[in-house]
Amino acid sequence: MRIKHFFRLKNNPGKYNVTLLTGTIITGCVLLLLLIGVIHTPYDTEAMDTANKFAGFSLRHLMGTDNFGRDVFSRVIRGGQTTLKIAVGTVFIGLLGGTVIGAVTGYFGGLVDEILMRINDTIFAFPSVLLALVIVSLFGSGTIHVIWALGIAFIPSFARMVRSEFLRYRDSDFISVARMQGAKSVRIMFLHIFPNTLPVLLSAVMIGFNNAVLAEAGLSYLGIGVQPPEPSLGRMLSEAQSYLATAPLMSAGPGLMIILMVLGFSLLGDGISE
Amino acid sequence: MKYIVKKLIMMAFTILVISFVVFLAFRFIPGDPALMILGGQSSPEKIEALRQEMGLNDPVMAQYLRWLGGLLRGDFGVSYRYSMPVLSLIGEKIPITLFLTLEAFLLMVVISIPLGIYTAKYSGGLIDRVLVVINQIIMAVPPFFSGILITWLFGMTFRWFRPGGYISYKVSFASFLGYLFYPALAIALPKAAMAVKLLRSSVLTEAKLDYVRTAYSRGNATNDVLYRHVLKNAIIPVVTFLGMTLADMVAGSLIVEQVFGIPGLSKTLLTSISNRDYPVVEAIIVLIAVIVVTSNVAVDLIYRALDPRIRAEE
Repeated sequence: MRIKHFFRLKNNPGKYNVTLLTGTIITGCVLLLLLIGVIHTPYDTEAMDTANKFAGFSLRHLMGTDNFGRDVFSRVIRGGQTTLKIAVGTVFIGLLGGTVIGAVTGYFGGLVDEILMRINDTIFAFPSVLLALVIVSLFGSGTIHVIWALGIAFIPSFARMVRSEFLRYRDSDFISVARMQGAKSVRIMFLHIFPNTLPVLLSAVMIGFNNAVLAEAGLSYLGIGVQPPEPSLGRMLSEAQSYLATAPLMSAGPGLMIILMVLGFSLLGDGISE
Repeated sequence: MKYIVKKLIMMAFTILVISFVVFLAFRFIPGDPALMILGGQSSPEKIEALRQEMGLNDPVMAQYLRWLGGLLRGDFGVSYRYSMPVLSLIGEKIPITLFLTLEAFLLMVVISIPLGIYTAKYSGGLIDRVLVVINQIIMAVPPFFSGILITWLFGMTFRWFRPGGYISYKVSFASFLGYLFYPALAIALPKAAMAVKLLRSSVLTEAKLDYVRTAYSRGNATNDVLYRHVLKNAIIPVVTFLGMTLADMVAGSLIVEQVFGIPGLSKTLLTSISNRDYPVVEAIIVLIAVIVVTSNVAVDLIYRALDPRIRAEE
């Protein structure tokens, strides 16, 4: 897949893959903004300016200021970083656990497959926010716990996908050849089959990011996700909601950031599978 | 018939496993419930006596069976915090969350199926292209943010409803459902957008198949082909999707209840989590698990009724 062809449609190379292109642009801009934010934000995220609270959009404060006069734009960037950090951790755990479970069950089949998939389907049927809620209520809130909670909740969907891919390749000719050459199972699984699952997996990773951003924002909105003083998009929205009558613009910034992140990742996911 | 029985047994088994896992999980967390009820200052003898009374010294399996037996009889245990039966704490709140979820689900179906058919029928047209873009954006809106937007737009700008003016179903069932309309809309919109997208692409995929051409060549009109041939097949993946979202909608309800100040299960669950009031948390989670698993089985059965090919396979 050369870069020149990357943005073309698989089944129609004459046309651009608009979905993938838009997704790349949105995600690229968001990531760039968050990256610059590591080095520099326009204001200190905790600096209060009580004379200037609930300011609307202006060139000085791109997304206005909040109930303490803090710059919403700077806080949105920090919150976005937190969200991204959690999303990366979550997808990593889900991917790792899901790949191992999916590979073993898909490749070997049999009783282990039956039992693990039964458990898998049960967890899969449970909404991830709720599962995370259970885990957070057991171990407490905070960034690390949210990552573990959502990561575990995401394992089943990855496992299911990897399993079906492994099932597809398990009996194909190139695997039989490798087996005849005396390759060990682990080698076949990870050197021969796994690379073939990458395109599907990449699309799943993007969908995973999309869900992780939504789930993290939801948990933080409920007040059991990221804890203060770490800025979080979900909590900013829940704070902004109390001032909805007087300062409706305060919720626009964090809301927009969540939408852009989710939109970018979901377009990337769709685009890759096209 | 045999299939249905098998499904029901599987369902009971799944619920049993979930309840066991939930029970075990909450036994393994640090912290002595007896200590939590009596507080730090009470004497060890008193705590020991309460532990004995609560049956905490029995083997785990015996405790589980007693708890499960209680659940089946409608006895959900006693709240650590409020010292009252869990059922009387959450009983009145179950219908609120349930009706919110159901209303959201109905709204999603009512919005998405006509729109999905419409966009597929006129695909490539201007309205379709605009809707596809809008759809993609709505899908990215988390339910609590759509809730905030709806509160601001319909509640504060147009004043079509009073935010926070929840009316109990005991006072007036109709106004109760009326107040739930906007929260339900907040939950339904993002999911409806996904369903529209799925139905549209499903109809378009089906429309390329040979049987469609055959149907046209026999002289059928577009609408006949669409409703009597294509839709029958195209709706099947959408039903699966709708079924899966029902579980998500329960979770969505829990979040959106907070946005609109609805006194449903959400508030109780959240305060119980922060108070470490485990009997309440356990009960609510098992309850939601039962709802989720039951709805999945229901979807499975509907799916079978819709698609004769699955029945024929057995």
